[in-house]
Amino acid sequence: MNFEALFKPKTLAVIGVSLNNDRHPANVIYNKNSLRFQAEVFPVNDRGGILQGEMVYARISDIPQEVDLAVIAVRAQMVPDIMAECIEAKVGGAVVISGGFAEIGRKDLQERMVSLASEAGFPFIGPNCLGIYSPPHMDTFFLPSERMVRPNKGRVTLVSQSGGTLVDQMTKFANEGIGLSLAVSIGNKALIRELDLLRYFAHDPGTDVIAFYVEGFEKNEGREFVLATGRCPKPVIVLKSGKSPGGGRAISSHTASMAGDYEVFSAVASQYGVVEARNELELVSFCEALSCYNQSIEGRIGIITTSGGHGALAVDACFSHGLSVPTLSEQHQAEIREQVSPRVRAIASFSNPIDLTGSAVDDDFIAAAKFLSSMEEVDCVLILLLPYTPGVTSDLAARLSQIYRQADKPLIAYVPHVEKYGIFIEGFEFNRIPVAHSIEGTVHMAEAMRRWQPW
Amino acid sequence: MVKKGIRNILFASKDVGWVLEPQAKRLFSMAGLNVPRFTMSSTVEEAVRFAHKIGYPIVAKVVSPRIVHKSDCDGVAVGIDTDGELTKTFTRFSQIEGFVGVLVEEMMSGLELIVGAKIDYQFGPVILLGIGGTGVEIYRDITMRMAPLRERDVESMVKGLKASPLLEGYRGSEPINLSELTRLLITFSELVMDLEEFIESIDLNPVICSSTTCVVADARIMLKETGGNP
Repeated sequence: MNFEALFKPKTLAVIGVSLNNDRHPANVIYNKNSLRFQAEVFPVNDRGGILQGEMVYARISDIPQEVDLAVIAVRAQMVPDIMAECIEAKVGGAVVISGGFAEIGRKDLQERMVSLASEAGFPFIGPNCLGIYSPPHMDTFFLPSERMVRPNKGRVTLVSQSGGTLVDQMTKFANEGIGLSLAVSIGNKALIRELDLLRYFAHDPGTDVIAFYVEGFEKNEGREFVLATGRCPKPVIVLKSGKSPGGGRAISSHTASMAGDYEVFSAVASQYGVVEARNELELVSFCEALSCYNQSIEGRIGIITTSGGHGALAVDACFSHGLSVPTLSEQHQAEIREQVSPRVRAIASFSNPIDLTGSAVDDDFIAAAKFLSSMEEVDCVLILLLPYTPGVTSDLAARLSQIYRQADKPLIAYVPHVEKYGIFIEGFEFNRIPVAHSIEGTVHMAEAMRRWQPW
Repeated sequence: MVKKGIRNILFASKDVGWVLEPQAKRLFSMAGLNVPRFTMSSTVEEAVRFAHKIGYPIVAKVVSPRIVHKSDCDGVAVGIDTDGELTKTFTRFSQIEGFVGVLVEEMMSGLELIVGAKIDYQFGPVILLGIGGTGVEIYRDITMRMAPLRERDVESMVKGLKASPLLEGYRGSEPINLSELTRLLITFSELVMDLEEFIESIDLNPVICSSTTCVVADARIMLKETGGNP
């Protein structure tokens, strides 16, 4: 099956627009696409007519151009017939927004759709989903544009069984400055499932990181999924729900009792290099870190700060996540001491964390970061930046990013996230250094790179 | 390809729903795993005769299709070293529900591990390694990987246990034979791949590991309820 029509359509038909209800999901989809997106969009309703001065087509086959993608938002009972018409009209694929299928017990309707589509090699997403957000081509989410928070275009692709969770993640992406390539809500995933999308996005040039929210896999499907992840050259992050043990069933062997659904997922995920996010906060930080750094670390952390307290808290957080903070040798400490400014030299401590004190200026950060980045003992550096340090400027992030490009050791920043310090935060974001809200957050980001172990 | 002998054991156990210890041990022995010398005795005389043959001390365990966890009904006696003690134990076991005999076997010593398998709905055959014994579910010091295992999986499983220093030799104790453990896990995982359709889960608990060998000292195989004929 060819998925290009689903994700990069040039023409779009919205089937099921209402001529009198502007809040109908199909109308919301039609409006946002005709106003804001590149794909040419055609409204379809079996009664024909005029919508906002545009002709409404009674049948998909009446549209005078080839249609790449059909968005189907009609009552469930009508969907199989509509899909058959789409196939007949040589449409490239569909997103079925409508609900009323397997989720309410109408497996038969869903199966009819699947057998039609499978036979014709016709790809469709859904049913019972929001579908695809693929800027600048199109957006099938039936949410008014003005209500959505849109992240910048970037290189992370999100795939979610739940539409609500997906939109929420997009809001968080926007808030954290994480760039999004595409977002796909797969709903009942009747035909196209996580595994199909993993295989497609593994080769999609616009995607560097693939993140999934999964509720459950079918029989042996999880196995196929982790094996495919093992072969995927891009980081794959998975947030899976279902941590609470299923009750009821008598369990008679120790193994069956200890190998619960989630425990098994977590174990096999790490076996095949799937980056397991344990909660939605980790999902967001992991996406941020891995979209900046497509590399894995062992977790030997160097820390630069201007406050002893921040340094100590960062060390604690590293240890609680199983990351190490190697102490620098006397000789290394003496070397780095030589490279910082004279005022700092006398009062700073250099054992790791390197505490440059409140007298630090940009050059001291640069010297310390360069030094740590050159050390064999360190494979990732945390920069705990307090923007109220008088000698620090907003140029620092750009200069630090140069060090990363030379030394190839990931840098992760902490900046308190308040509006006043926006210029510092953006400095890091624009220069592709992940920047966390909290000290713990920087450690999560380091953890992402440690969990990603290409197989 | 499942060996005929293994198939027969699984088939004969279908009605009970699980494979009792003597048959399970025979099965694993056929598959190439080490088991202690043992016999299944239905009379005291048989038990005593075998004990003399292998020499005391010995282990005696109740065999009953009604008893999945033998320790729960006090159905395991270790360190028996006289005929009198064995006779007394035999008599006591014969009162246990569903009694069909007593398994008499040589006593092994070493580190107790659990090696398990589960056919997971989402992920298929999965192998578990952990610290064994009756306290497994209290300590829950376990690691799991998808079968079939490769050597690097076994290495990371051993390293993933909190108690891995115990396996690698802790405070003067000898390390266990890791290459024997690796061989056991890989052989076991291949067997589990072959038995996927028939089984639900397996406990080898304990597997007793010393500096020379790893021996399956107890085993149970839970069969799939609706499994096909092996």
